[in-house]
Amino acid sequence: MNLILEPIVKILIVLFINLTLVSYLVLIERKVSAYIQNRIGPNRVGPWGLLQSVADVVKLFFKEDIVPKDANKFIHSLAPVISVVVAFSTFAVIPFGNKITLYGNEYNLVIADVNVGVLVILALTSLGVYGITLSGWSSNNKYSLLGGLRSSAQMISYELSMGISLIGILLMTQSMRLTQIVAEQGGYIFGFIPNWNIFLQPIGFIIFLVSTFAETNRLPFDLPEAEEELVGGYHTEYSGMKFGLFFLAEYASMITASAFIVTLFLGGWQAPFIEYFNFSPFVISLLQLSAFAIKVLFVLLFFILIRWTIPRFRYDQLMNIGWKVMLPLSLLNLIVTAFLILINIL
Amino acid sequence: MTFEEIVFWSLVLVSGFAALMVVISRSPIASALYLILNFFCLAGLYLTLNAQFIAVVHIIVYAGAIMVLFLFVIMLLNLQDETKLRERMNWKSFAAIALSILFLIELFYIFIIKTPTPKIPIHPSSKEIGTVEYLGKILFTEFLFPFELTSILLIAAIIGAVVLAKKKFELTD
Amino acid sequence: MLTDFGRIFIFFIVGAIFTAGGLMTSWLFRPKRYYPQKLSTYECGEEPIGDSRVKINVRFYVVALIFVVFEVEVLFIFPWALIFQKVGMFAYLEMLFFLLILIVGYAYVWAKGDLDWDKPIPVIPQLSKLLNNKS
Repeated sequence: MNLILEPIVKILIVLFINLTLVSYLVLIERKVSAYIQNRIGPNRVGPWGLLQSVADVVKLFFKEDIVPKDANKFIHSLAPVISVVVAFSTFAVIPFGNKITLYGNEYNLVIADVNVGVLVILALTSLGVYGITLSGWSSNNKYSLLGGLRSSAQMISYELSMGISLIGILLMTQSMRLTQIVAEQGGYIFGFIPNWNIFLQPIGFIIFLVSTFAETNRLPFDLPEAEEELVGGYHTEYSGMKFGLFFLAEYASMITASAFIVTLFLGGWQAPFIEYFNFSPFVISLLQLSAFAIKVLFVLLFFILIRWTIPRFRYDQLMNIGWKVMLPLSLLNLIVTAFLILINIL
Repeated sequence: MTFEEIVFWSLVLVSGFAALMVVISRSPIASALYLILNFFCLAGLYLTLNAQFIAVVHIIVYAGAIMVLFLFVIMLLNLQDETKLRERMNWKSFAAIALSILFLIELFYIFIIKTPTPKIPIHPSSKEIGTVEYLGKILFTEFLFPFELTSILLIAAIIGAVVLAKKKFELTD
Repeated sequence: MLTDFGRIFIFFIVGAIFTAGGLMTSWLFRPKRYYPQKLSTYECGEEPIGDSRVKINVRFYVVALIFVVFEVEVLFIFPWALIFQKVGMFAYLEMLFFLLILIVGYAYVWAKGDLDWDKPIPVIPQLSKLLNNKS
């Protein structure tokens, strides 16, 4: 019984937190962009516009769903579902905390602790292509088709460098288990710098970060939905709740991507210098959970700030960066990292 | 039935159904989607054999890379007229059906009636064969030469891709 | 191990139920008043011209093809990374050799120009030509 019930409870909690975070992330994004552009942003619904997201969701439920007459109806509905499911389910392998003891029972704060966690992440990321390609194809619209195609070509181009940049970490950790990777990031370099992979793998971190931007279709890589040329890109023909699902998937994949970055490079749930204080184990667990949350929020804020800082690439520039800069750089990073490990520096 | 057996048989049924639908369905996109479902079932079967690495790699390579290529091809070919794809039933298809049924009967005879496979208990060492560490150890010591040959094979694939791409495709206006 | 992957599967199921539930609830509430203009394909207000499943650039196909090959190569590096510290120098040389062949292939693709994205060459209208056409 516990075998089924425990994961379901965890999944429901994770889904609930993610959904709340998505709705407030939209609000944060709108607020931040408003301040950057010297506006006020949403401030009418609730205090400081805090209920704006609730109003948006309610509105989406009441909106008409229009499917163009030549579209493939089933695939048209299937595509947003695939996008959302893939975007959320990546959270299944991310450890969001160490063990926690509640009422005498010890719980692992990870849903599925698989021994090929890193590869599962890559597999789920590569499945994200389907939602976008299928929506582009099924809408029977030129803009959608072009947006979907562009997006899939972009995602597969950056997947390579993403995969190779992770190998640097695997070389040091000698494990693909994500809990192990986080556990290895405890301790300090020279006694005061936290032993996070960002300090040991700076180039790998940058490659991974840029690839993540490309994988989540965020600006400066938001070619699939470049408004000026492709109207809405792959979701041009989507309205109502289905459009809402795509919106949800975009922000959910942003959250999961930040969670990866934190897990792999920023020490996961490790809270540095926590062992100098005399906290009880339960408080330490809570602090580690909040450390994870704070790091994820920080990366998300970085995502939003980048969106309003860097303009969009042209498509040929984007492909060039992916194939001619990121790929050789990640290979070089791999060779150098392996050499440094060989001569016992790392 | 144990938990593993339930998982195994449900995967077998679903993958068989998906494989059948790949052949039967009329729309090429539907075929592609059923093929993806089939790949997932196969990955599940690998998992029941404790081969996690192969399972995940199967998803990454087949579902994540090759099927994307297939989808591109389907879009590239632009099969609007699905009637073109419909094959007429002629003597060849009847012969093919008859021969495949014969083959099925033969297989059934050989494996079930003639030599029923005894249930082999799982060897204790099989638990670790599927892990990445074991695979790496074996691949980079015992099977080093085949591994390096793989890189030659892959370079041949790259050259093939480039040569194919160089062929001038007629782009319509 | 099977149970751990089973949890990922349960996550898939729960997520699918949740999204399908969202679509269903919205189906209950939303208006359904359709007419031909609403259901026509969106093309910035113009009447849609031709088939919307346009033929796509062959570049996309080439990129996908090259990607498949490189993806397989990358996946070979993963098991290597996990045993690297145990085997040491020998493994390093092996992988160097493997990567060397990979890089030769990569250089070949680059040299052949298959990594370049075709850019349309803009035709700048010249006054003299336009005048010639007129006459």
